[in-house]
Amino acid sequence: MQKKIIKLSIILLIIFIIGVFFIGLNKNSIYDTKNLVGQKITKIELEHFSDNRIITAGDLRKNNFTLINFWASWCGPCRAEHPILLKLNEEKNLELLGVNFKDKKNNALEFLKDLGDPYDDLARDELGKHSINFGIYGIPESILINKDLVIIKKFIGPISKNDYNYIKNIVRQ
Amino acid sequence: MLSDIGNTLLIINILLGISIIYFSFQNLKSNEILISEKIYHICLFQSTFIIICFLTLITAFIVSDFSIINVYQNSHSLKPFFYKVSGTWGNHEGSLLLWVIILTIFSFLFLLYNKHHQKNYRIYSLIIQNILILGFLFFLLFNSNPFSKVLPIPKEGLGLNPILQDPALAIHPPLLYIGFVGSSIYFSAAIGSLLTNYSGKLFARSIKNWVLISWSFQTLGILAGSVWAYYELGWGGFWFWDPVENASLLPWFAMSALLHSLIVLEKRNLLYFWVIILCLLTFILSVTGTFLVRSGILNSVHTFANDPSRGIYILIFLSLMIFASVLLFFNKFKETNYNLNSNSKETFILINNWFMIFYLITVLLGTVYPIFTEVLTDHKVSVGPPFYNTVIIPIVILFLLFMSVGPQTQWIKNKFYNINLLLKILMGSILINFSIIYLFKGYSLLSNFIVISAVFLVISSLIDLYKSFNKLKKDSPRILSHLAFGFLILFIGLNYNFSLEKDFNLKLGEKKSFENYSIEFKDIRLQDFENYKAVIGEFKINNFKKNLDQSLYPEIRIYENPSTITYEASIRSGILKDYYITMSNIDRSDYYNIKFQKKPFMIWIWISVIFISLGGFLRLYQNAKKNY
Amino acid sequence: MKTKVIIFFIILNFNVVNAITFSVDSNKILKNLRCLICQGQSVADSNSEFAQTIKIVVKDQINDGKSEKEIYDFLIEKYGEWIVYKPPLNKVNFVLWIFPYLALISGGVIIFLFLKKRDNH
Repeated sequence: MQKKIIKLSIILLIIFIIGVFFIGLNKNSIYDTKNLVGQKITKIELEHFSDNRIITAGDLRKNNFTLINFWASWCGPCRAEHPILLKLNEEKNLELLGVNFKDKKNNALEFLKDLGDPYDDLARDELGKHSINFGIYGIPESILINKDLVIIKKFIGPISKNDYNYIKNIVRQ
Repeated sequence: MLSDIGNTLLIINILLGISIIYFSFQNLKSNEILISEKIYHICLFQSTFIIICFLTLITAFIVSDFSIINVYQNSHSLKPFFYKVSGTWGNHEGSLLLWVIILTIFSFLFLLYNKHHQKNYRIYSLIIQNILILGFLFFLLFNSNPFSKVLPIPKEGLGLNPILQDPALAIHPPLLYIGFVGSSIYFSAAIGSLLTNYSGKLFARSIKNWVLISWSFQTLGILAGSVWAYYELGWGGFWFWDPVENASLLPWFAMSALLHSLIVLEKRNLLYFWVIILCLLTFILSVTGTFLVRSGILNSVHTFANDPSRGIYILIFLSLMIFASVLLFFNKFKETNYNLNSNSKETFILINNWFMIFYLITVLLGTVYPIFTEVLTDHKVSVGPPFYNTVIIPIVILFLLFMSVGPQTQWIKNKFYNINLLLKILMGSILINFSIIYLFKGYSLLSNFIVISAVFLVISSLIDLYKSFNKLKKDSPRILSHLAFGFLILFIGLNYNFSLEKDFNLKLGEKKSFENYSIEFKDIRLQDFENYKAVIGEFKINNFKKNLDQSLYPEIRIYENPSTITYEASIRSGILKDYYITMSNIDRSDYYNIKFQKKPFMIWIWISVIFISLGGFLRLYQNAKKNY
Repeated sequence: MKTKVIIFFIILNFNVVNAITFSVDSNKILKNLRCLICQGQSVADSNSEFAQTIKIVVKDQINDGKSEKEIYDFLIEKYGEWIVYKPPLNKVNFVLWIFPYLALISGGVIIFLFLKKRDNH
């Protein structure tokens, strides 16, 4: 009897392992930080792009919704999402905070002059240090937060038409 | 043309495999005492045809026949000849063909070299091995066909990933495959043995050389892989506990355990069922490793182009193998009386197995754990070097101590211990450890224990070696491998503690100084090579204390087919230490990121591993001499 | 006499060890972090944009007096457990950390029982 139990449990264990492998095979396993939604961003201290002001959490609490967008003039996909950002700027409930990432000041200004400036506020992250605070690992990346600074959604890569509609729906509610 | 020849040969091989199984069953039914000549002949044909099939594929790579999709994807007409050939097994399909070749040749040789063993046992082993061969042939033909055509025929190939264009990596797969694919033969033999009750000493004798062969080659294969990682991947380490590396290590643990317990079976006719488990486990782990690596279920440094259908096929094959062997084993398992004395060689060999299984479980669990967390909890975790180091290293200390004492004991019951001698050796080890700290620098408590126990093993093996020279003890292969293992751990320990690693950014003409070293960025130039362009930096290394003055030339290589950038380390190897520099450009800046490393005793780590496997080959040579 | 000598050596040995103080080692931390955008490389071994940023941040935090664990916790909060090569001991990773030792102990017990059975005969 005891032996039978041992044998049976060994067989069940093997079935379990193979089953997990089988499910694992069909699971898409590309890493992203999208599941970190719901976190509260506590420490915000961003240098303003043009003056010596520091943008803090308090500034963002004033907005109903804020879209924090990390971009740089040297980043190709940032150009692709730029028209959508310009359109998002028209939303009343949404403020856009751009964070210029590891960029040269002149290049960034030129970029905005050529393509338009969608940002209500612009910060600067010359060494990229602050990006870590927001869980950024490659640009462009954007984070939608609410009044309480809780992350509603993360957008990895350029913002698409679908993302635009999603944001529009949320901020208009 | 070549594609058709290849496909035809594969089909012929399938037919030959089927006919071997058919004639084998015929032979079992008849009352013949011998295996019929016919079977030998078919097996010979089978081996010959599969080799010709492989040569066909090599030819296709050499003449750059881009009508074959595999050649098109993995070769380029401008590639150096050597890498055209090695490219044959540098990809999934080609390496699978190599896999089948080893299955087939081992099948034939096992049949040939075991003539004095029982007929039915040999026949059953042959049948099982041919079932394995057929399984892989079908996989090859219908899922991963190396001879598939592409239309329209491309003018030029895509080229082999430049990181794989390397001599160490060219020999890595064949060595490793002889190791873990070779283990298939004792998987088949174990099943044959269970089916025919051909057990005990005779069974041990029939497989021991095959275990030795696979173990020795597996050791060399792992070595080639880590040598490659050391100078190609550009971070100066030689072992990263990457899933692919682990996949080669898992069968090695099982083989090492088997290698030892097989001695008990041969000498004392004990542990038969345990030996069977290990035989089955080794090959099952080999296939599991292949599944983990090829299916893309895990994240790894090494990218094989992934395709889920492959994973499914291997997984089904693997499950069939596991269930068949587990059920058969349960069916045949009998409790046997063991005659073990707590103080005997048998017990110490069991202790070896105990540790080997512990390492095996730890590495296996660490490797597959991310799959489990992801499937069961949707959580992504990484299990990397710090996990393995934390769990395994403290246990290595105990292992080394047992390894030093074990071989001193006798079979059945040990009569006396030379406690005095052991204490002296221990004292010597502590003294040596102390002098290293005193003369150079201190290290952590754990490292102290590692060094002490490694030196303990080295000294006791050296004493053994001295004895064996005097008494002509036949145990020199064992001593050699154990001694080399002691040295391996010692050198790894010292290497770990005495490495110097500096990471900094430099502009052309700048100089960086730290400790006794200064590094000057002297020059940078662009140069064209046969199949790549290279940015070559010149760095001058000075050591004020030792009057060292050397230049190293790391490269950034730009390959066009396929377009890839690689960072080539420049390494100055020496008897006591290696100097290692890699350089990489920093985007949008004049600075280059420089990584400078001083790595003591690197060469000795490689040499130790070579000697570990040499012990295996030496034993093989002794066994061969005894038989003839 | 001999045991005394050994004890003497052991004490000597550990005195030397204890004399060394260990500070937070940035390289060690960087080696334990996965470069998220690379293929199986640690941050220390990579020179990608992301790895460069993490290097700066980790060095900053060390200068701020943060402990090794605080740095890992901070990064796990931002990027998930995927970023550290040493999974933290928690509910999910419990089996990973415990099972090997369980296996080690039960292996020892099995061997012990084996020998004991024999001694009774």
